[in-house]
Amino acid sequence: MLYSKAAPGENLIIRGARVLDPTENVDAVLDVRIDGGTIAELGARLDPNAHRIVEAEGLTLAPAFVDPHVHLRTPGREDEETIGSGTQAAAAGGYCAILAMPNTDPVVDSAAVLGSLIEAAEADAELPVGFLAAITKSQEGAELTEMGELADAGAAGFTDDGRPVTAPGLMRRALQYGAVTRRPLAVHCEEPTLSRDGQMHEGAVSAELGFSGYPSVAESLMVERDLSLAAYERRPIHVLHVSARESVEAVRTAQARGVEVTAEVTPHHLCLTDEAVRSLDANLKMNPPLRAADDRGALIEGLRDGTIQAVATDHAPHARHEKEAPFEAAPFGVTGLETSFAALYTHLVEPGLIPLETLLERMSTGPAAVYDLPAPKIAAGEPANLVVLDLAASRRVEEGDFRSRSANSWLLGERLTGRVRLTVAAGRVVYAA
Amino acid sequence: MADIRVMRDDLLPPSPSERRHLLSIADLSRDDVQRLLATARSFARSLEREMKKLPTLRGRTVVNMFYESSTRTSSSFELAAKRLSADTMSIKASGSSVDKGESLKDTALTLGAYDPDVIVIRHPQIGAAQFVAQVTRAHVVNAGDGKHQHPTQALLDLYTLQDEFGRLEGLHVAIVGDVLHSRVARSLIQALGLMGSGVTLVAPPPLLPRDVEAMGCETSTEIDAIKAADVVYVLRMQRERMQEGANYVPSLREYTARWGVTPERLRPGQKIMHPGPMNRGVEIDPRVADAADALIETQVRAGLVTRMAVLYDLLTTGPVGVRAAQLTEVA
Repeated sequence: MLYSKAAPGENLIIRGARVLDPTENVDAVLDVRIDGGTIAELGARLDPNAHRIVEAEGLTLAPAFVDPHVHLRTPGREDEETIGSGTQAAAAGGYCAILAMPNTDPVVDSAAVLGSLIEAAEADAELPVGFLAAITKSQEGAELTEMGELADAGAAGFTDDGRPVTAPGLMRRALQYGAVTRRPLAVHCEEPTLSRDGQMHEGAVSAELGFSGYPSVAESLMVERDLSLAAYERRPIHVLHVSARESVEAVRTAQARGVEVTAEVTPHHLCLTDEAVRSLDANLKMNPPLRAADDRGALIEGLRDGTIQAVATDHAPHARHEKEAPFEAAPFGVTGLETSFAALYTHLVEPGLIPLETLLERMSTGPAAVYDLPAPKIAAGEPANLVVLDLAASRRVEEGDFRSRSANSWLLGERLTGRVRLTVAAGRVVYAA
Repeated sequence: MADIRVMRDDLLPPSPSERRHLLSIADLSRDDVQRLLATARSFARSLEREMKKLPTLRGRTVVNMFYESSTRTSSSFELAAKRLSADTMSIKASGSSVDKGESLKDTALTLGAYDPDVIVIRHPQIGAAQFVAQVTRAHVVNAGDGKHQHPTQALLDLYTLQDEFGRLEGLHVAIVGDVLHSRVARSLIQALGLMGSGVTLVAPPPLLPRDVEAMGCETSTEIDAIKAADVVYVLRMQRERMQEGANYVPSLREYTARWGVTPERLRPGQKIMHPGPMNRGVEIDPRVADAADALIETQVRAGLVTRMAVLYDLLTTGPVGVRAAQLTEVA
């Protein structure tokens, strides 16, 4: 289900870092020895055994991150991102695996398109990538894709991300038939007759700026519908990029009733509110939109208490000339792969809103579990998927530093604390700084 | 006094040290507004003379970029610039490279290459004026950006009110109609609030923006609420902004029946304003539009002197209050 270019695992010893793996209950200063890409030993003052040595005193070593929601723009918009550039960006962000969304041109709705992506990943992907396939043909919300064949061909899951499955009857069929795939179904929840031409969250800020509002209820109504259908069909479901308090509450209530529902949230929804849109900066335009302070509070609480299992960047690269336009004319979406940890460390961990351990879990084990991917673990015998973080270093986000082909970041010019120093993915060093 | 300063031929405006723009009423202080209104008054007196042209902005260039149809705003900006002896150039979306799909950035850069002192822009998209301010070196005046702002309209409305009542503090203005789609309403709510006037918005529920009270105004969905106001400001029912099937109101007929401003719904002595163009018989009864209490023509005249004042103010080193556009750093 995950594909990357073949490369031999490395021999490496990382010395003196604080090893922090919340899932494995490890929190100690240790050396980590990697033999041929597999974690061989954790311990004090390990014998380098002719391995390459990385001095990591004062740094934090954790399981590498998993991003369950990335737009690689391939095929169709290779000017914005490719599998190569997107996975390099992910490596710089501390990721060891990412999942790409199928809303490309053409849409990933057939085994042929999926097969060509898998081939491309085996040639160009710096780190393991999985591909979700569409629920409906061309994501038009009319006919189911051949989900069985797509699953056999390696689809990591199914989604029409970017669009809702508008008809409830079709959503029900997707839940029913999707059972044969044994892959997660992920839903973009938006009631289009309510979001209409909405440009930002509907509230006091949109009232003042004059933008057409995209109300919270446009999301939460669809979340509630999909949860009802999932409960009725007794099928698991994953809610993409929740943004509204009412959506978090609906997910929490459904979980308490025993519905198998997971959810993800983006760094920008966790860090910003609709107040930021006052700048009219097109890099603050995304779908779902930034919501009110109360919604942000609910998202943070949902991430903290585990209602929301995963941080997902919804990395959405856009060509410069498309974002260099008045807010209303610009496309929705912002990048996020290279800044997610630092943004969340700066905005959530440093102010004490969530513990570091929780953030690490929600960026790694949490999203891996949603898609049933192997969880990155810092333990002997596990494949080396780890990130070394410098929690004392800070850096201004500059356009020139991105490995992504696009720079439509909401963080340009902001100083963030927490830098990725080393990423090891599938036993290979994919990033070092 | 500002009027003496304005009319001295030898006092050419010095180069401003900082680029200033008029993008939104939210960028202005009370002092800025008072200064602009005082300058407009001095221009009004100068226009009473036989020779109406002032040499004040001789050698300056004002470019008008109009991406939406406009009679009042475009003609008054053009005349304002001419009255101040500036060179003017007008670009309309139709018949220009915009028709060929040129982006706003490229059009702005092209016009910016002529080093205009001021670019006046009217555009259907929110943020267009700020965008032009970011990509050119000119002073930018927002002549309407989508549903966002129309600051010179609000200033001319303040001028009209001040002229009529001799004060702004404590006035009560009822704004009636399609607030949701109205940049005029948004600018005016802020401007009136800034100057100490009270505002009540009266509209059908779907045409009142959610949480608009946060802007510091009262709201009502009953037309009777206009009776308490000193001034009834009637907004245009913007048929062009009403999307098919949006169902904001069931029909214009029903709108007129419930929210149309008629003589019967007014109290004697209430003043009437309208930003134009009017839909007579829709939002405003013709008898109201033509009544002696209507200030609608005064508004048009105020538009000229107010826009002269804005151009003058931007190109001289008045106290800085119109901020330079910049992206606020994300918190």
